[in-house]
Amino acid sequence: MSAHIGGQGAPGGPVVFDPETLPTDDNVNPYTFCVELKGSPWFLQKGKMIAYYGAMEFNGVGHGRLDRLVRTSFHSPLHASDWVVAEGSGKMLLADRALDVNSFDLDDGNLTVRAGHLLAFQPSLALKQSIVPGFLTLIGTGKFVAASNGPVVFMEPPLRVDPQALVGWADCPSPCHHYDHGYLTGVLGGLRAMTGLGGASGEEHQFEFVGAGTVLLQSSEALLPERSAGQVPAGPGVPGDGPGGPGAPGPGSPGGARLPGQLGDLQRRFGL
Amino acid sequence: MFRLQGSKVLAVEMTGDAVKAKNGSMVAYDGRMAFKKLTGGGEGLRGMVARRLTGEQMTVMEVRGQGTCWFADRASEINLVTLRGDRLHVEASNLLVTDAGLRTGTTFTGLRGAARGNGLFTTTVEGHGQAALLSDGPAVVLRVSPRYPLTVDPGAYIAHQGEVRQSFQSGVTFRTFLGEGGGEAFQIRFEGDGLVYVQPSERNTIAGDL
Repeated sequence: MSAHIGGQGAPGGPVVFDPETLPTDDNVNPYTFCVELKGSPWFLQKGKMIAYYGAMEFNGVGHGRLDRLVRTSFHSPLHASDWVVAEGSGKMLLADRALDVNSFDLDDGNLTVRAGHLLAFQPSLALKQSIVPGFLTLIGTGKFVAASNGPVVFMEPPLRVDPQALVGWADCPSPCHHYDHGYLTGVLGGLRAMTGLGGASGEEHQFEFVGAGTVLLQSSEALLPERSAGQVPAGPGVPGDGPGGPGAPGPGSPGGARLPGQLGDLQRRFGL
Repeated sequence: MFRLQGSKVLAVEMTGDAVKAKNGSMVAYDGRMAFKKLTGGGEGLRGMVARRLTGEQMTVMEVRGQGTCWFADRASEINLVTLRGDRLHVEASNLLVTDAGLRTGTTFTGLRGAARGNGLFTTTVEGHGQAALLSDGPAVVLRVSPRYPLTVDPGAYIAHQGEVRQSFQSGVTFRTFLGEGGGEAFQIRFEGDGLVYVQPSERNTIAGDL
């Protein structure tokens, strides 16, 4: 019976994949990415593996045997509890909420990406937390996989982009905010921006990129659900340490004092 | 005759025959069609009781007539499956249309359903004909053979067909309870000979992120 089910021969039938026909480190379709594991591990975000052939093990980054990875690959341990190390041999399929997924190659470069978009990366890359809140930076040589709403478009600076369409940027200096001139002039301009009355286009606020590099945009303004990159320990001169400012927040508040050696908040560990 | 129009609309051409479809999934038709609600999935009193007990409820209608009828459900992707005497296991919520000649029923799937968060039972479809499955994003069809067993995340599983044995794998260790689990606490392993349909998205499952 099994001889005639499926089969690529069936006219109009679906394409059937097995480990020999699955691509190696490439897209199966725009929404699914196939990774071949051979010796070296891959890092992926929790819960993004949908299927695999072969023998693999998935372990949380953290204490024990994988503790060294926090040192060598996750230089900011604040979000390390979101990551999983896949080890073994075989082919593994990754996908994320039926979004477009794409792989990118970095060659001795750096790329900053919105934290919620990054799905997986090779351990030859180092993952760090960007100074820009909510973004992560990958440094080194290797491949990574990122999700986006619609295919990714590559642009060259100088360029101003819509905040909701920005996925990330490579090799160029950090972006700055740009407001259209009328946005801030006079009381009326301020009122208009606040209420939208009298004609606000919704595009008065942009991110501006200058210098040499590449800017990655998604072809939709639908933001992915925000994924917190972890709270930065408060300190003088550290941006994004919350409204508390330079003073250290109380122990009960988010981003407050944490026990030494603790990776991320407790709720985050359980996906709450 | 089933035909996909785009990837999210199914066109069925009928010449006096009938199909069973998810209730309310018709979006358009031409010709003459009659829509009849089938109580209990059209499986008779015994099937109705079984579905009620197992929680695999399907509200199904029978569409009979001449012409073309178009079906769609919430802009989900539609995948066509051709059955030639073999048996397809599918989640009731993922089944859109089947040929009226196919028999449907419920089976016990063991622990897997519990991890997937949608019951311990699946719907089976048997016979000769076509069926249309719904998925969130286009499904990837993976072959299981004795050489290549397959492991699937319960949240991404939609259906399987053929002579496939499934077993339940748990990666739960004491580290899961420290919140340092591998993110893939529960998995289904398929062995044997057949096809497994996987969607590029994960349903919310119990322990989905552990």
